[in-house]
Amino acid sequence: MARTRLLQAIRDAVVEEMERDPKVIVYGEDVELSIVGDLRGVYEKFGPDRIRNTPISETSLTGMAVGLAAAGYRPVVQIELPITIIATAGGGSSNAAQHSDTSYPMIMNLGGLNVAVPATPADAKGLVKTAIRSPNPCFIFEPNGRGGELGDVPDGEHLVPFGKAAVRTDGRDVTVVAIGRMLKPALAAAAALAADGVSAEVLDPRTLVPLDEDAILASVAKTGRLVIVDEARECCSAASQIAAVVAERGFSLLKGPVRRVTTPNVAMPYAPNAEAHVIPGEARIAAAVRELAGAGAPDRDEKVSA
Amino acid sequence: MTTGLGAKTGQTGQTGQAGETGERPQPSKAEALRLYETMVLIRRVEERLRDDSAAGKLPGAVHLYIGEEAVAAGVCAHLRASDYATSTHRGHGHFLAKGGDVRAMMAEIWAKREGICQGMGGSMHVADLTKGILGANGIVGAGLSIATGAAFGAKLSRSSQHGASQHGASQHGEAGVSVCFFGDGASNQGALMETLNLASLWRLPLIFVCENNGFSEFSPAAQVTSGRIADRARAFAVPAREIDGNDVAEVWRAAGEAVGRAREGGGPSFIEARTYRIQGHFEAESFVLSGGRYREEAEIERWRQAGADPIARFRSWLIESGTATAAELDGIEAAIGERVEDAVRFADEGQPADPALAETLMFAPEPPEPPEPSEEA
Repeated sequence: MARTRLLQAIRDAVVEEMERDPKVIVYGEDVELSIVGDLRGVYEKFGPDRIRNTPISETSLTGMAVGLAAAGYRPVVQIELPITIIATAGGGSSNAAQHSDTSYPMIMNLGGLNVAVPATPADAKGLVKTAIRSPNPCFIFEPNGRGGELGDVPDGEHLVPFGKAAVRTDGRDVTVVAIGRMLKPALAAAAALAADGVSAEVLDPRTLVPLDEDAILASVAKTGRLVIVDEARECCSAASQIAAVVAERGFSLLKGPVRRVTTPNVAMPYAPNAEAHVIPGEARIAAAVRELAGAGAPDRDEKVSA
Repeated sequence: MTTGLGAKTGQTGQTGQAGETGERPQPSKAEALRLYETMVLIRRVEERLRDDSAAGKLPGAVHLYIGEEAVAAGVCAHLRASDYATSTHRGHGHFLAKGGDVRAMMAEIWAKREGICQGMGGSMHVADLTKGILGANGIVGAGLSIATGAAFGAKLSRSSQHGASQHGASQHGEAGVSVCFFGDGASNQGALMETLNLASLWRLPLIFVCENNGFSEFSPAAQVTSGRIADRARAFAVPAREIDGNDVAEVWRAAGEAVGRAREGGGPSFIEARTYRIQGHFEAESFVLSGGRYREEAEIERWRQAGADPIARFRSWLIESGTATAAELDGIEAAIGERVEDAVRFADEGQPADPALAETLMFAPEPPEPPEPSEEA
């Protein structure tokens, strides 16, 4: 085990896959100096045939990945088919509407593209490695900035499969599905709620395409209540998709309405206080869980007091 | 005009580097007959699709290549299966010229299980990656970046095989090249500027082939395109030529020079082949035009004449130059007629597409399940 930040775990995954398979190449804007994300040292190690800077030509970079894949390569594009595209998502750094946007719902909607939103360094590494080896195009969404969360990453070969959710904390009363960067405030909310006798089960889907529907339904079967936390905008968010899946496949399991805790349908504001206001945080998550746990479920009292 | 037939279009031979001098190479008899055969195959397939579309036998729109056959035939004559080509929404000609299977293409357009994409792609997505045919494409200009990526891959493969320096050409052997067919309409996409820049900067083995057929869908080029298209390439120091795209020998020569340069590590080239779209943007376009017009029937008729039609022109030259006899050419035509009939029969008798494939073909099969977070090491 090594303590690693999420973005460094992604770098380790890319480097290991480049060592394993000479057909893995990386290109993108300023990747040699690694201005976005963290691929520092990769250029020095592999040279310009394996990692190189491109012009700021996003239209062509993605299309080129299709051509490279057809030519037998496994391109990793950093703007970041089989293609791995590492893109940033999410706010928290006052970078405003374009640079702090959470765009994975758009990609989910295209069909045919796998989408991973790792929340932990171990998952980041394991999902990137799986994505590079996959014969299908994959988007990996990493948080903005230079670090990301700090956490343990297993030594040696570490792969995380797509489509397998992880239960981050067990609970009885409410299922909280938290996507990517939302895991941290969701866990904080769950800890605070536990002190008040409300037991939240926090589930991390890890990948949105494919989505581990069975794991979500199994948790809802246990709790009967569902809160989904998604940094994307509410309209057509991943949260909306998960809510729809549970409504269709698990309606009889529900003891109350499904609640989405998302960014409202606004462009991400610049001002730090405004940004903090719209991005879901611990308080909003906890409030949604409390509301559901108290929403007239017949067995609510015994559960909460248990 | 070395084929001895009146050229319809203007400038030829403008090049960003040393032009041709002296004797212009001519295709050998075998090469010439192959060019003829390819053009006739495309023409007969397209005519049959035109008729079957009108008869309501095809489920989707078809964009036909009639009148432009010399471009695909002349360029693809220099390509191997290991080379790459991207195509357009008007892609049947490129598919066939690059060696695609006519039965499988026909079955695809008929939406049959036996189609090259098992009926999931249709006319605008005919592709065969095993032959370097990276696909027709419904998005105008989308092939530009795909072909650039394939050229990048070809260049990387060359340097990794031969240990050549990363930015220089290998001195050893020949390597794969990539061709991008696109139209005058696509030349107004920003992607052309992006890919010209990258291809020139990285000296990619890429040949840009702009088929200037005079129309951007339903808009005459003069309404929507400024300047000279080939000048866009010259601005990026990419050698560019404007040629008579209905003279298959001229296309064959220009493409031979460009493909040769790419194979030798000399970087990209640009060919603007001036031709004419005989058919509408797509078949049955009168339904969407509802009486509207964007060109005159007399103009189309002029391009249908033997002096302008690429197949008729080449046939005359083959006979007049003594390269082939009318009987030989008639024999080729008859054999192709049978191939096309066979392909139509194959498509007609094929199985309907399997709707379940829409889901199961969406993703490639993953490798064996990766282990859960492992304990090894």
